Amino acid sequence: MNKLKLIIRREYLAKVRNKSFIIMTFLSPLLMVGMVVLVAYLAKLNDNEKRIIAVLNESNYFVNDFMSNEATGYVHFENINLEAAKDSTASLGYYGLLHIPANDKLEIVAEDSFFYSKEAASTSVLGDLEAVFQNQLRLKKLQNLGVSTKQFADLDHQFEINTSTFAGQQNLKGINELKAAIGGAFGYLIMMFIIIYGGFVMRSVIEEKTSRIIEVIISSVKPFQLMMGKIIGTALAGITQFTIWIISAGLLFILAFLIFDIDSSVLGAKSDLSSGMGVNMPVNLPADHGALEQYLTEFFKLPLIMLVVFFLIYFVLGYLIYSSIYAAIGAAVDNETDTQQFIFPIILPLMLAIYVGFFSVFSNPHGPIAVGFSLFPLTSPIVMLMRLPNGIGEGGVPIWQVITSIALLISTFIGIVWLAAKIYRIGILMYGKKPSYKELFKWLRY
Amino acid sequence: MNNILVTKEVTKRFGEHTALNKVSLEIPKNCIYGLLGPNGAGKTTLIRIINQITFPDEGEVFFDGELLQPHHIATIGYLPEERGLYKSMKVGEQALYLAQLKGLSKQEAKSKLKYWFDRLNIGDWWNKKIQELSKGMAQKIQFIVTVLHEPKLLIFDEPFSGFDPINANIIKDEILQLSANGTSIIFSTHRMESVEELCDHIALIHQSEKILDGRLSDIKKAYKNNIFEVGLEVEKGDLLLQELQDKFQVLSSTYNSFEEQLDIKLQLPSSDSMPVLSFLAGKANVNRFTEMIPSANEIFIQTVQDKDAK
Repeated sequence: MNKLKLIIRREYLAKVRNKSFIIMTFLSPLLMVGMVVLVAYLAKLNDNEKRIIAVLNESNYFVNDFMSNEATGYVHFENINLEAAKDSTASLGYYGLLHIPANDKLEIVAEDSFFYSKEAASTSVLGDLEAVFQNQLRLKKLQNLGVSTKQFADLDHQFEINTSTFAGQQNLKGINELKAAIGGAFGYLIMMFIIIYGGFVMRSVIEEKTSRIIEVIISSVKPFQLMMGKIIGTALAGITQFTIWIISAGLLFILAFLIFDIDSSVLGAKSDLSSGMGVNMPVNLPADHGALEQYLTEFFKLPLIMLVVFFLIYFVLGYLIYSSIYAAIGAAVDNETDTQQFIFPIILPLMLAIYVGFFSVFSNPHGPIAVGFSLFPLTSPIVMLMRLPNGIGEGGVPIWQVITSIALLISTFIGIVWLAAKIYRIGILMYGKKPSYKELFKWLRY
Repeated sequence: MNNILVTKEVTKRFGEHTALNKVSLEIPKNCIYGLLGPNGAGKTTLIRIINQITFPDEGEVFFDGELLQPHHIATIGYLPEERGLYKSMKVGEQALYLAQLKGLSKQEAKSKLKYWFDRLNIGDWWNKKIQELSKGMAQKIQFIVTVLHEPKLLIFDEPFSGFDPINANIIKDEILQLSANGTSIIFSTHRMESVEELCDHIALIHQSEKILDGRLSDIKKAYKNNIFEVGLEVEKGDLLLQELQDKFQVLSSTYNSFEEQLDIKLQLPSSDSMPVLSFLAGKANVNRFTEMIPSANEIFIQTVQDKDAK
């Protein structure tokens, strides 16, 4: 046990003192925050650009419809022909020219209107213009039908259906998206951690092989101790890194918002959930303050402690399983270029879990596909975490499924570590040739 | 028990390949035991079994009279042939780590390391990184780490590879010193000149089997073939040579008439050299009379070739 502690300590220090690790740890949050801030800043900049559109209105319609507002300025030309108007628009550097021809009938006026611009017009500009036309056309038709403007305004009604579980728990409409976002973030985090730190474990094993220190060490400790020490030490280094990231990213975001004065209600909703984890969630959260508050209330209604506990359980078990496979691969090969053929089959279930999660679990968290993949040990750490925000027990994931998946994970962990340790034990003392799958299978029986 | 290590019919297979076939050895305490054999003979596998890195399929290994157990690791020091160190770790830190893995406390390890670093004049390397050291320098560190915990049994696998002659000599002297202090040493090599210099006992392993073992002097006695080299100071060398050729089997001869020196090589029927000496008495001045004792290298090559011929 004492030796295991020594190994863990060495692996941890070797990783943490590594220059690239230190640089990555402190640079990544800066880069990430820098990018988000840049995007936000550019978006703001883009909005500030005011477009000016020239209008040549020869009809009697739309007289007061094109008035300058914050986003767009309108300049009205009068008493010149279309060609002259085009030339002036171009020479004055306006964004474009809207030509509304003369006619008695509104429909024909609308039909024959044209928008001229130097380049293809932006869809948002066209959308604005089209909205004005559509509005006028609708009003005209309503008048023909004898409906007053007030009556029409009364017609407009915002409606949202109320939802509730059978247990009577009232839900906000967006709550499922919130759950999906949290589950997705957890799942994604686990996948990233496994791929990055599994890779570290593998490279560390290869380093011991190529530097030939392995035989010196292996004469004083058991291969299993060395492997586990390496896996645990690397994981601790990873947790250190993630903790630093989460803390520093949080601090930097606050700082960035203070400095750039970015409207926090727009970005805040997204960054609160996703920034710390380095993930951009494919979920549209509402922008206005009221909804944000509601989301926050809902967020705190979620079984957060349960989620964190299960996150840790699945995280630890999933990482242990995958990193022992990575360690076995590192032991089987002589250099990193030889690892490709073995790595692909490992990444496959991880990718599958993420895709299954995004495409199946979110829409149907308790359907057969979701259940299957959340029991299968190689995908369960990711898929089960995507289901768990729905709760455990009634209305959520059945308790037997949680227990079964954890039991399967633990037994798989024991089995995989046992197999990996066998390959590791043989592999670390083999030099010079790249083994085939067939040979690996043979090693298992030595 | 006078043996530090005994293996009884140790067999190890890797799939179809048999790496060791019923190898039985008795390694006496306080001797330097040469484990010899061509590349791929099974030496490293045997050493790995002694170090409990791998385990035999059949047979038993006894350490100091007890069946080999995990706790014996702390009393064995092993310098493998394929050896290295963590490149980006500092020398002192690394030596401490490896010593602690052998079961020394941090304090013990520190004071012993200091002793050895001073002894080998490398005290100022403590804070250097391994990648800044030359290969020979790194080998010195490895040697220290191997002997640091004062094991009862030391196993050196090609200890001199990578050393320049001066440092090889320093290490050789250290090995002899350790042996004089009572440590038993297994010495695996195919460099025969160091075997002659160091080993008391040898075992020869070839194609997974032990084909020869015993005290080096006994083996040499067994392998000598009664060939004697004789140097004679004589006026009429041609005549004496003629007489000798009539009476004995002369393998080769040279006569320097200017210096009146006759050198011959004789094959005798037995190790009894009296007939030659009494024959020569009064006929010539014998200035050299040596029995040709085969070198370890010759025994090695001859035994391996005999075995292959079978």
